[in-house]
Amino acid sequence: MLRIILSRLLQTLVVVFLLVTFTFFAIRMMPGNPFADVKALTEENKAAMERLYGLDKPLHIQYANYWKNVLLEGDFGDSFSMKGRKVSTLISESFPISLKLGLFSLILAMSLGIPLGIIAALFHNKWQDYTAMIIAMAGICIVTFVLGPIFQLSFAKPLSWLNVAGWSRPSDVILPAITLCFGVAAYLARLTRGGMLDVLSQDYIRSAKAKGVSQLNIITKHALRPALVPAVTFLGPAFAAIITGSFVVESIFLIPGMGQYFVLGIQNQDYTLVLGLVLFYGILMGIANLMSDLALIFMDPKLRNS
Amino acid sequence: MSSSVKALPAGLKDAEKGSSLWADAYVRLKKNKLAMLGGIIVISILITCFVIAPILSWIGFDGNEQDLANKFSGPSTKNLLGTDQLGRDLLMRVLQGGQISLLVAIMATMLTVTIGVIYGGIAGYVGGRIGNAMMRIVDGLLAMPFLIIVILFREVISGQVDEIARFLIDDWGWNDNDVLRFANLIPLTFAIAGFGWLSMGRIVRSSAASLAQQEFVEAARSLGLSHRRILFRHILPNMLGPIIIYATLTIPSFILYEATLSYIGLGIEPPNSSWGKLIQEGANYLETNITVLAVPAVLFSLTLFAFNFLGDGLRDALDPKASKD
Repeated sequence: MLRIILSRLLQTLVVVFLLVTFTFFAIRMMPGNPFADVKALTEENKAAMERLYGLDKPLHIQYANYWKNVLLEGDFGDSFSMKGRKVSTLISESFPISLKLGLFSLILAMSLGIPLGIIAALFHNKWQDYTAMIIAMAGICIVTFVLGPIFQLSFAKPLSWLNVAGWSRPSDVILPAITLCFGVAAYLARLTRGGMLDVLSQDYIRSAKAKGVSQLNIITKHALRPALVPAVTFLGPAFAAIITGSFVVESIFLIPGMGQYFVLGIQNQDYTLVLGLVLFYGILMGIANLMSDLALIFMDPKLRNS
Repeated sequence: MSSSVKALPAGLKDAEKGSSLWADAYVRLKKNKLAMLGGIIVISILITCFVIAPILSWIGFDGNEQDLANKFSGPSTKNLLGTDQLGRDLLMRVLQGGQISLLVAIMATMLTVTIGVIYGGIAGYVGGRIGNAMMRIVDGLLAMPFLIIVILFREVISGQVDEIARFLIDDWGWNDNDVLRFANLIPLTFAIAGFGWLSMGRIVRSSAASLAQQEFVEAARSLGLSHRRILFRHILPNMLGPIIIYATLTIPSFILYEATLSYIGLGIEPPNSSWGKLIQEGANYLETNITVLAVPAVLFSLTLFAFNFLGDGLRDALDPKASKD
């Protein structure tokens, strides 16, 4: 067990290192420079800016300096585009908001998608199955930027306790979380159905049926745990992606979450912001994958040996 | 082979002929009503966008002509679905937007299939340490935030595309309007494919790896065939099923990527428009006039539905074993 955790953590470190390295050099291949949009910037000022952020030094020195600052001082650098803000401040302010929204919508997605998938598998090729799968397909095809405005118009307008947009009241999490959950719920439903169908055709389920175990017991005690393996595999990366914020949902509901910085950072060629986000995202992704691995080991005893 | 078929007595030919994988698959597909409906919708949408829309624009309907005195008008003989916030014909705008959305998705899918099949096929066939290393690169790129990869690709490529476009206009005398409008789509297409081929590569690799272990490949190898011939003549034809299935399912996901990027203002640029852009504009006028959002949103969602049902149906038909999820 400990060996699995350690090797996973080591893998995560390697992946994060490669991600940051790739991003560091790739982002400098983009045409233009971080200060191209600042108007009325004389050559002198521009040179001074570049000196200030260390951009005048050779690339490999900049790269080494970046790691030095991150590892030795825990400093992700200053944001280029948001003057006077540190990247770590931007992340630590916006991440809790995205985390709250993401957790809410994940809980919703799991409580919608997993039962839907189980129902579909139990009634395989009957109308319940078709209905469930059409609902799941709707969750994939009716996307957030169509759903969001419709929800705003049909719920937030008539109901006074819901804001159309913004992030000031506790109830503000409801509509964005619902908007965000359908896509994930749909994938979970399809994966749960697939896993369940796989398990239900196994011999040990037939033996349990032959012994007279009740339908409910077969599902909850024998089938459910192995059937959820595909869904949990998907949940790992989905978890990391969803708690780091969705730019679309955040911009529809005007939520000051982390998703916006991914887009702003790239658009403004804010090197430090983008690198900080990639670093943060990579670590979260590693942790989420580790959690889903551990859950899988708990769920499928066969994996413990391998 | 062909001579022995010809030698069969006339009456026996049909009875003795076994049904091929594709014929079997077609029979299964025809039974699946949702998939057939999806297929019909896909074909109708393609015909509407690429045949009927050009005809409509040829007889005088125009999606770019503004008529500010006539905004948000209802359906009429001049504007079959009414007009938008600038008095432009909504039907033509949606159809022309659809052309762009579909064009980008289909071109990006073709790129994805090409790159994915070559990369994944080699990784799967070669296997061992090299194959593994090739796949670790894919895994690493998949761990990147999708937006960052797409935008990076787009920015890096757009410079090159601009140069080629300028060359075509200046040196070859091509129509600058057409060239620039098309050149506008290329970076986005490459950016989407640059991220999209990763999953394709994985799928192709796993089926190439399992095919490479089979006896007929060993037979081909012992006959002394070259690696390239084994890969393209023996392994690739056997992977067509999964490739077709995955390509069909890739188109809707690329339509969605394109729409998302255009929605957040990082995709299609004016004068081009796409469903994502139209939905984004429509959402701003939701309270004034809901048709401006509803028309592109309905057509967009319908297209995604149709492609997905068709893809799922193809998977059930071509690969019955893998059809459970």
